Amino acid sequence: MSVAFPFSAIVGQDEMKLALLVAAVDPGIGGVMVFGDRGTGKSTAVRALAALLPPMKAVEDCRYGCDPAATEALCAECRRRLQGGLRLRARQVPVPVVDLPLGATEDRVVGALDLERALAHGEKAYEPGLLARANRGFLYIDEVNLLEDHLVDLLLDVAASGENVVEREGLSVRHPARFVLVGSGNPEEGELRPQLLDRFGLSVEVRTPDELATRVEVIRRRDAFERDPRSFVARWEADEAQERRRILAARRRLPRLEPDQDILELAAKLCMALGTDGLRGELTLIRAARALACLEGSRRIKPEHLQRMAPAALRHRLRRNPLDESGSSVRVERALAELFGP
Amino acid sequence: MNASLAPPGLWADACAAAALLAVDPRGLQGVVVRARPGPVRECWLEYLDEAFGPSLPRRRVPAGVTDDRLLGGLDLPATLAAGRGVLQRGLLSEAHGGLLLLATAERASRSAIAQVCAALDTGEVILERDGLTDRHPARSTVIALDEGLDDDERVAPSLAERLAFLVDLDALSVRDLDALGPDSVTVEAAQRRLPSVTCASDHLELLCAMAVRLGIDSLRMPAFALRAARAAAALAGRAVVAEADLALAVRLVFGPRARVLEAAATEQPPPSPPESRPEESSGEEPNGDQQPLEDQVLEAIEAALPAGLLDALREGSLKARTQRAGGRGEGGQASRVRGRPAGVRAGRAERGARLDLVSTLRAAAPWQPLRRPAGVQRVYVQPEDCRITRFRQRSPTTSIFVVDASGSAALHRLAEAKGAVEMLLAECYVRRDQVALIAFRARGAELLLPPTRSLVRARRCLSALPGGGGTPLAAGLDAARELALSLARRGGRPLLVVLTDGKPNVARDGGAGRERAAADALASARALRAAGFDGLLVDTAPRPQAFSIELAAAMGVAALPLPTSGAAGLSRVVGAFAG
Repeated sequence: MSVAFPFSAIVGQDEMKLALLVAAVDPGIGGVMVFGDRGTGKSTAVRALAALLPPMKAVEDCRYGCDPAATEALCAECRRRLQGGLRLRARQVPVPVVDLPLGATEDRVVGALDLERALAHGEKAYEPGLLARANRGFLYIDEVNLLEDHLVDLLLDVAASGENVVEREGLSVRHPARFVLVGSGNPEEGELRPQLLDRFGLSVEVRTPDELATRVEVIRRRDAFERDPRSFVARWEADEAQERRRILAARRRLPRLEPDQDILELAAKLCMALGTDGLRGELTLIRAARALACLEGSRRIKPEHLQRMAPAALRHRLRRNPLDESGSSVRVERALAELFGP
Repeated sequence: MNASLAPPGLWADACAAAALLAVDPRGLQGVVVRARPGPVRECWLEYLDEAFGPSLPRRRVPAGVTDDRLLGGLDLPATLAAGRGVLQRGLLSEAHGGLLLLATAERASRSAIAQVCAALDTGEVILERDGLTDRHPARSTVIALDEGLDDDERVAPSLAERLAFLVDLDALSVRDLDALGPDSVTVEAAQRRLPSVTCASDHLELLCAMAVRLGIDSLRMPAFALRAARAAAALAGRAVVAEADLALAVRLVFGPRARVLEAAATEQPPPSPPESRPEESSGEEPNGDQQPLEDQVLEAIEAALPAGLLDALREGSLKARTQRAGGRGEGGQASRVRGRPAGVRAGRAERGARLDLVSTLRAAAPWQPLRRPAGVQRVYVQPEDCRITRFRQRSPTTSIFVVDASGSAALHRLAEAKGAVEMLLAECYVRRDQVALIAFRARGAELLLPPTRSLVRARRCLSALPGGGGTPLAAGLDAARELALSLARRGGRPLLVVLTDGKPNVARDGGAGRERAAADALASARALRAAGFDGLLVDTAPRPQAFSIELAAAMGVAALPLPTSGAAGLSRVVGAFAG
C-alpha cells in the first residue's frame, strides 16, 4: 500500500480543500465535484482525505459496514440479527474511500453472483461490489466525465435512493449504499451530464496557481514527498492530527446548530436573485454554511459563512445555456456582491 | 537527397532523454517518441533497451488492446479446471518495474489511455472485474510510440502530460545517428548516486519561472524538469545540479511543450497577400478595401434556425436521396466487451469475450447426472456450455461543422452562421455527440477543433474564428471528407453540416477564378456523396443561391437557407460590424 500525500501539506487550492472538509463534516451535503486543469492535485487531495478521516464504528463482520447506532439504516442481515435478539458488536474501522476505476464493469460496481461458490458448489450467492464497500464512506471517481453512460445511470439511481437494488443473474438483493460521491474531471475532455452534475452538493473549480512562490512551494513539497515519503508524512503528522480533531469537533457540534431566521431569508434571497432551479441549492447552501460554521467553532451561522460557501453550492445549479462558458461563477459573485455589499 | 535537415544535437538529446529515463525511471515516468517506424526509431529503442539493462521485464501493448489484457481478468480455462476463480495478470502489472511499450499510441482507445494514466498515478492496478477484486503493483516506465503523420494524430494529452519527455525523431535520418549516450554501467553508477544529488533552491525557482515564461501551466512539468536535472547531474558525476544539467532538463522537458514561442510567432503580421490583385478588388468583395475586414472576429449572435435540425437529420427525414451506397446496419456497433449488454449467445470463452456465468451454469445443469461421478458435489462445465454476453456499443456520432469564414460570408452573415452553429452545438450537447469544426477562408481549410465532446472548447474556437479572404469551398469540403473518412474508419458516424454562402472563388490548387472554383467545389461535393456521408447544407447567403442547391444535390444532402432573422437579429449584425 503506497503512502498518501498529507492533506495539510497541499499548497493552496483552498476552495477544494474546504469543500472536501465540509463534505466530511456533513455527508448529507451530497458530495463534491472538482473541475480543473491537469496536474492541479485533484486526485492527490481526494486520496489525502482518506488518510485524514477519523475512524468510524461499524458492525463486526457486516459486509456493508453498518452503523450499530443507526438502527433504521441497517442492512437486512444486521436487522435479522437484531430481531433475533443478538447484540451487534462494533469495532473501529477506517472510513472507506473507494476508487471507482475507469473500466470497472457493472457487475463489480453493483455486486454480482459469487463466482467461486457458483462454480464449486453450484450455489447462488451474492458477492457485494464497490457500492457496498463505499457504504458510509466516499466513492471517488476520477475523470468522471469519461465514465460510461450506463454506469452513470446506475450511480445516479443509487445516490438518490441510498440503496443498491440488485436484480440480475437470478439474484434479488438490496442493501444500504449511502456514500459521499466525489468526482473529478477536466471539462476540456468532455462534458458532464447535467443530471449527474446536479447530484453533487458542491462543485469547485481548481486552477494551476499562477504565483511563482506558490508554484515553487508545490514543486518543493512534492519533490520532498517523492524522495522520502515516510519522513515527509511524519513531519506533517501533527498538522494532520489537528485537522482530524477539527473534523471530529465539528461533527459533534453539527446537530445542535440551527440556522437563524435571517440566515434562511438571506439564503432564499440569494437563490431567488440567481434563479436556481428547485430547492436543492438552498438546502445545500444552508447545510454547507452550517458545516463551515461548525468547522470554525462558531456559535451560530453567520452571513459570512453563507457567502463563502455560496459559489461552491450554487454555481452548478444556475439555469444556463450549456454553451455559456464560465459565466456561472461570475454570476454568483455578482449576486453576492449585490446582496452583501462590496 | 542532400544533407540532412535535422537540427544539430537532436540525436544527442534523444539519447540523453533515454539515458536520464534509465537513471530515474520512477520520477520521470516515460517518454513519448514521435517517429515513424524505421531504422532511426529502432536504433533509439535499442539504445534505450541497453541503457535500462537486460534484467527488466518488457511488455508491448498493441493498439487494440482490451481491458482484460491490460488490467488482467479471469483466467477461464484455469478457473473451470480448478473450480474457483483464477486470476490472470494483465500487461500493466506484468511490466511492473520494467518497460511498457505502447505501440501506435496515437490510436490507443480512450479507456486504454485512462488505464495507463491511472497506473502511472497510483503505481498499482486495481482490478474490479469479472467478479474479482485484486490489486497489483504496476510501476513501469511508459514508452509511447507515436506514429502519427500530422498534427491531428497525437498521443492523448492526458498521457503526454504524465511522461517527462517528448522526443521527435521524424526529422532524423540514418546518417544523423552518431554516438550513443552513456552505457548501462554508467547509468547504474548514476542510479546509485541519484538519491544524494541536491538542487539549489534558486535553481528550483529558476525552473518554475522558466515554465511560466514558456507558457507551461501544468505543475507536473517543472517537477519533471527538476528530476531530469538531478538525473543529469548524477550521470555527469556531480553531487549538486549544475547549470548544464538545468539547461538539458529545460531543453528536454520544456522545449517540446513551450507555447509562448509559438504564440509570439503567430502574432507577427500574417503572411496575408500584400500583392492585392487588382482584378479581384473590383467586383469580388462588395466592400472595396477589404483590409479592415480581414480577420475580423465576429461574435456569435442568435440565429433563427428551426429546432431539432440535427435530430431530424439523424433520423433521415431530411435526406435528399433515397438510396445510399452501403448499408450500415443499425446505429450500434457490436462490441465484445463495452457498452450495454444485449443478450447472450453460445460461444467460446476466448480472450475478450465476457462469460455469462448463470447462463453457462444453466446450460451445464442438464448434463450433470451424466458427467458427475457418483458422490461428487462439483459442477462439471465443459467448453460447449459457455455462454457469452453480447454487448452493443453506441457508435459515437460526430457532427463536423464546415464553416465558410470568407470575406463574402463575413460581410453577409458569418455572425449568424456562428449563432446557428452554437445552436446546433447545444443540440449536440444534449445528445452527447462529438463535434469538430473546420473553417475555410483565404487560401485553404483548417481543422480548428478536432473531434471532441468539450463544448467549452468548441465555443472558444468558434468565437475566436476570424472572417475574411476568399472562399476555397473545395478545400473545405475536401478537409471535411478526410476527417469524416478517418472517423468512419474508427467506427464513428460522421454528420456533415456545411455552412456557406455558395460563392466559391478559390480553386482547389489555390488559384483564383469563380468558374474553376465552382467546378472544383462540385467535384469535391460529389466525392462526399460517393463516400456516403449524411449531412446538411445551410445556405448563409442573404438570398438563397442557385449554386447552393446544386452543391447540395451534388453532395446528396438537403439544402436549407438560413432564415433571415428579425429586425433585432439584423441590428445586432450591424452592431457587430460597427463594434
